[in-house]
Amino acid sequence: MDGPAPGMRHAGTDGVGSGGAGSGGAGSGGTRPEAAAPGPGQPAASPPAAIPGGVQPDDALLVLSGVGRRFPGGTRALSDIDLTVRRGEFLSLLGPSGCGKSTLLRLLAGLDRPSEGTLRRDAALAAGGMGFVFQEPTLMPWATALGNVRLPLRLAGIGRREGEARAAAALEAVGLGGFQRALPRELSGGMRMRVSIARALVTRPALLLMDEPFAALDEITRHRLNDDLLALWSETGVTVVFVTHSVFESVFLSTRILVMAAHPGRIVAELRPPPPPRPPGFRTSPGYAAHCAEAMAALERAMALPRMVLSRAAPPA
Amino acid sequence: MKDGTADARPDGTALAARLAAQAAPVAVGLLVLLLWEGLVRALAVPPWILPGPVAIGTALVADWPLLGPSLLVTLRIALLSLLISAAAGAGLALLFAQSRWLERALFPYAVVLQVTPVVAIAPLILIWTDDVTASLLICATIVAFFPILANTATGLRSADRNLEDLFRLYGATRRQSLLLLRVPAALPWFLAGLRVAGGLALIGAVVAEFVAGAGGAGSGLAFRILEASFQLRIPRMFAALALISASGIAIFAALGLLQRLLLRRWHESELRRER
Repeated sequence: MDGPAPGMRHAGTDGVGSGGAGSGGAGSGGTRPEAAAPGPGQPAASPPAAIPGGVQPDDALLVLSGVGRRFPGGTRALSDIDLTVRRGEFLSLLGPSGCGKSTLLRLLAGLDRPSEGTLRRDAALAAGGMGFVFQEPTLMPWATALGNVRLPLRLAGIGRREGEARAAAALEAVGLGGFQRALPRELSGGMRMRVSIARALVTRPALLLMDEPFAALDEITRHRLNDDLLALWSETGVTVVFVTHSVFESVFLSTRILVMAAHPGRIVAELRPPPPPRPPGFRTSPGYAAHCAEAMAALERAMALPRMVLSRAAPPA
Repeated sequence: MKDGTADARPDGTALAARLAAQAAPVAVGLLVLLLWEGLVRALAVPPWILPGPVAIGTALVADWPLLGPSLLVTLRIALLSLLISAAAGAGLALLFAQSRWLERALFPYAVVLQVTPVVAIAPLILIWTDDVTASLLICATIVAFFPILANTATGLRSADRNLEDLFRLYGATRRQSLLLLRVPAALPWFLAGLRVAGGLALIGAVVAEFVAGAGGAGSGLAFRILEASFQLRIPRMFAALALISASGIAIFAALGLLQRLLLRRWHESELRRER
């Protein structure tokens, strides 16, 4: 095939380096202003240098080095993950099912622990500093939309009055202002997902983790939610890590895409689509199509990679 | 409410269908009673072998001064033991939820208590307890509490895994996840257990009273049945039996209503199909 994993990663970075040209725009995503130099964590001039790990320390929310996860049964879900999540970026993990992207997300959330390697977490990610959106809306069926959104605040010991005000504001932000008293059953799938996003944002987290949140929704609803998610991202400046198996979704949303391969789950390529915002008509633009084709090719290469028996394959040719 | 597909049928048909559904069991009951009375008369079955519904109804009215107070005694024991069962079953389940160890250690004994026939333990309980009412309560509670315990314990363990993760992510305390997540998630399970326990409490009360055989003014329906059978007053026996059945149905229906009131807004079991 194309060669071992490390080679792939460079190839991928080079391939979409052109996307870095507009990297100044990433600043509009709400990155911290104090980050030095042109584009935060994204040296526009020399794309190949943008290897994970090569960033200023204060720019990183999460730093994983050599992280692996082996399940009790012996399955290696993840192997040798080097990954830095930078403040303000919209990072997608793109891969086929079974490539460990959800496992990786759970590691980032602290819901699971790596069996190898180290995971460093910024202090901003203490309780309430992270929001999580699951594949399912995962709402409490007995509680109203307002009650569901207020939950993280309630768990943090914030009083009813303030909690309800903030929850109402969060519902308003996702376009569900009139549905405070509705129970999850009374809402459509897309609206439930909006409640779930409002709940994840109500603590004003530094990091929003999303696990294929729109996979179960129809395309029209998904497009609207994608637009709205990008709007929320640029308004709040929250950092997003977004798991998906949709090439189109990842290109549309992200400032950076990590392509993953399975058996074991590993990162094999990095892509940089032009950073948002997405003007109207972007979905049908040739540029978008070109980036999608690029991402599709990277994904296909990842899926064609042979299963790795050892943690590192043979040396490059 | 938003999509009209479900209510596409005209309202009149829907109402008629619902009425028919409610009338069906009543019609079957009436038919059986009619057939019963007819056969008893046609074959001239003597009332001490099988009285007809009319004779039973007559006995029920005539013996009401005797049967009415007994009904109250039996109902009181059944309902009290149901209350105790609910408290004990739910309480024990909450305790189990605190520690897997405790659950492992104690659950087998709850099962032992459940599978031992109450008829076999009742005499012992009667010996150990001075007060008859108290011993009847203990017997009925032993029979009734297990489904509540087993159901509630399962319910407390069956909260959505992702929601549990969410609680963990936000650093919820044990107490918070118990009160805000596991208890509400267990409520439908508890109520289903309660509904089963309602019937069992009545059965427990009647069986225990049979074993106790306590007579006198404060005796319940079971004793009235025993007494009537000794005196060969078979219609009265049947009248007492009918009262027990009616009580059972009433308890079941009341608990069903409670379930509906508590769950109707959110739980699948009580939701009408909308889409």
